[in-house]
Amino acid sequence: MSNNKYSPAEPFALKDCALIAIATGRKAVNLTELRDHIRDVNIDSIYHHFWGGLLGARFEEREFNNDIATWCRRQLREPALAEQLAVIDPVEHKDLEDLRRELLEIIDDRLDESETAHWLQASRPFEFIRTQLVIFDTGTRLARPEALAEVIPELSTGTIFYHFIDARRRIQGGLDDFSYWLTGFEKPYTALIRGLAGIDPFFSSLSQIREKMTKICLECRDRGEE
Amino acid sequence: MSSLLDAYAEVAGRDVVSHLQQLTSPLKGMKVVHVNSTRTGGGVAEILEKLVPLSAELGLDARWEVISGSDEFYQCTKAMHNALQGLAAPISRPLLDAYEETNRDNAEELRALLEEADFVFIHDPQPAPLLGLCSARRGRWVWRCHIDASRPYRPVWRYLREHVAAYDASVFSLPDFAQALPHPEYIIPPSIDPLSDKNIDLPQDEMEQVRQEFGLDPERPVVLQVSRFDRFKDPVGVIEAQRLARKFVPGLQLVLAGGSAADDPEGEAVLSEVRSAAGDDPDIKVLLLPPDAHRKINALQRTADIVIQKSIKEGFGLTVTEGLWKGKPVIGGDTGGIRLQVVNYHTGFLVRTPQGAALRIRYLLQSRDRMAQMGSKARQFVRENFLLTRHLREYLTLMVGLHYGARYRIELG
Repeated sequence: MSNNKYSPAEPFALKDCALIAIATGRKAVNLTELRDHIRDVNIDSIYHHFWGGLLGARFEEREFNNDIATWCRRQLREPALAEQLAVIDPVEHKDLEDLRRELLEIIDDRLDESETAHWLQASRPFEFIRTQLVIFDTGTRLARPEALAEVIPELSTGTIFYHFIDARRRIQGGLDDFSYWLTGFEKPYTALIRGLAGIDPFFSSLSQIREKMTKICLECRDRGEE
Repeated sequence: MSSLLDAYAEVAGRDVVSHLQQLTSPLKGMKVVHVNSTRTGGGVAEILEKLVPLSAELGLDARWEVISGSDEFYQCTKAMHNALQGLAAPISRPLLDAYEETNRDNAEELRALLEEADFVFIHDPQPAPLLGLCSARRGRWVWRCHIDASRPYRPVWRYLREHVAAYDASVFSLPDFAQALPHPEYIIPPSIDPLSDKNIDLPQDEMEQVRQEFGLDPERPVVLQVSRFDRFKDPVGVIEAQRLARKFVPGLQLVLAGGSAADDPEGEAVLSEVRSAAGDDPDIKVLLLPPDAHRKINALQRTADIVIQKSIKEGFGLTVTEGLWKGKPVIGGDTGGIRLQVVNYHTGFLVRTPQGAALRIRYLLQSRDRMAQMGSKARQFVRENFLLTRHLREYLTLMVGLHYGARYRIELG
């Protein structure tokens, strides 16, 4: 995981991003195939199946926080394994290779403990996708955190994705860009940082995340905590 | 902001349009050419009709070219389309010769334009050989496959692969449709244009007029399938579903409305099969509409209680998207891109048989409140995921990606 590029207390550079899915051609129809592909697939694909899906088309509320757990539950009908995979918090891992290792350990454990897990066939294959992310500078700079309450409601979902989701892969400790920036000011923005940390990015759409962030920023501003 | 961009901002949101403008900035002035084989009829032409002007408004030098050919050429490309969708039927050498010859003829006219373009998008198999005929090309070439090619008839796919393997990238609507090719295969679902005649809001009296024109009784429920007369759309299965459902929903009316596409020589034969299956039943209307009857189709979709798309094979199913956008629950075949749009009990129902379709028609017509809830969810789902603005954003992202290399993260500015 690399450090963020801007320093705290400097103006916040608002960026936007667009993401596009690319097929890898890899498909798994059972747990052994899933394990083998996870072992070899491009690391960008692991990123996509944990994070990238948040910027793509989605209808139903997510039951699990990653595509692999969802597939194990719905297509392979392995509820216990799905729960174990869903507990994985990707930001706790030092990098995506570490995340891949944990996925493999959990799946290998399941294959070791259950004979049936070897021959269960999924009703639909798991298709490994990777993504390409294009990041661009919006040209907007925020000098002080007080501006957040006004700016956040106008942000695109791409900006929310880049600063609130993708940041967790870039910043040590799994912080989002806004929280990281807030830590650099002398005046403590504790309530705002705590409020942002309370938004679980995996179970909301990006527009819902934007609404929740707006609400928190407005509440903090109105209470004079910014 | 131009009036066209303003109009899209009104429907899709200002942030969405601003996003498109920023994404276009590194591509400003670049020459982009789309090539397909028909200017009217079918989903591809409908997408290009607005995608190209909108690209131009954003600052790209965007053009749309159409190739034309002999009857043999269209017979060949229709057979190719069917084969990509899995129909095991070889294509004769004379038809393949006509295919290659048509492409050579069209290359003579288009070569200068295509060779100097920065990006060329070739849609579907019809113009695929053009790349091999433009040896001095300098830009990036992308093959856009709109067809469900998940289980193609292999001999035909092997032939076509020879023409598409050399492209810089290809685009498929779903991951499942992608075939092994030696270049990046992007996944971009298609979209509908909310401002087109087919999707724009209509005044009540216009809908009433269309209802009267086609003899539809406003007191009785209507189910509607809009699609080409094509066996993969299973129009005869829809008639069977209506007859099964009618036992429980007396007076149920069915409309099968189909256009004909200039590049579909089988349409007439299928239409005749459908007319024969409908017989002289006054509650089954088989309508052959001209390719520009967009407002009539729009009115029919808004008039219907339920939209059906009972395809056996489907690339994406834009008529499903259109139905959802009009707030109708959709009963769709459990195949291809329909699966991406129809979610059981949320936006409609997926079915595999006429019996399944009949069951869901009965269920929905007995649960009007549920229908209204599903319709409202359906419209919001399309607004967030399947409008033209999202489609264009992904094309622009692809172009930036190809322009700056295949790295995972591309940071501009």
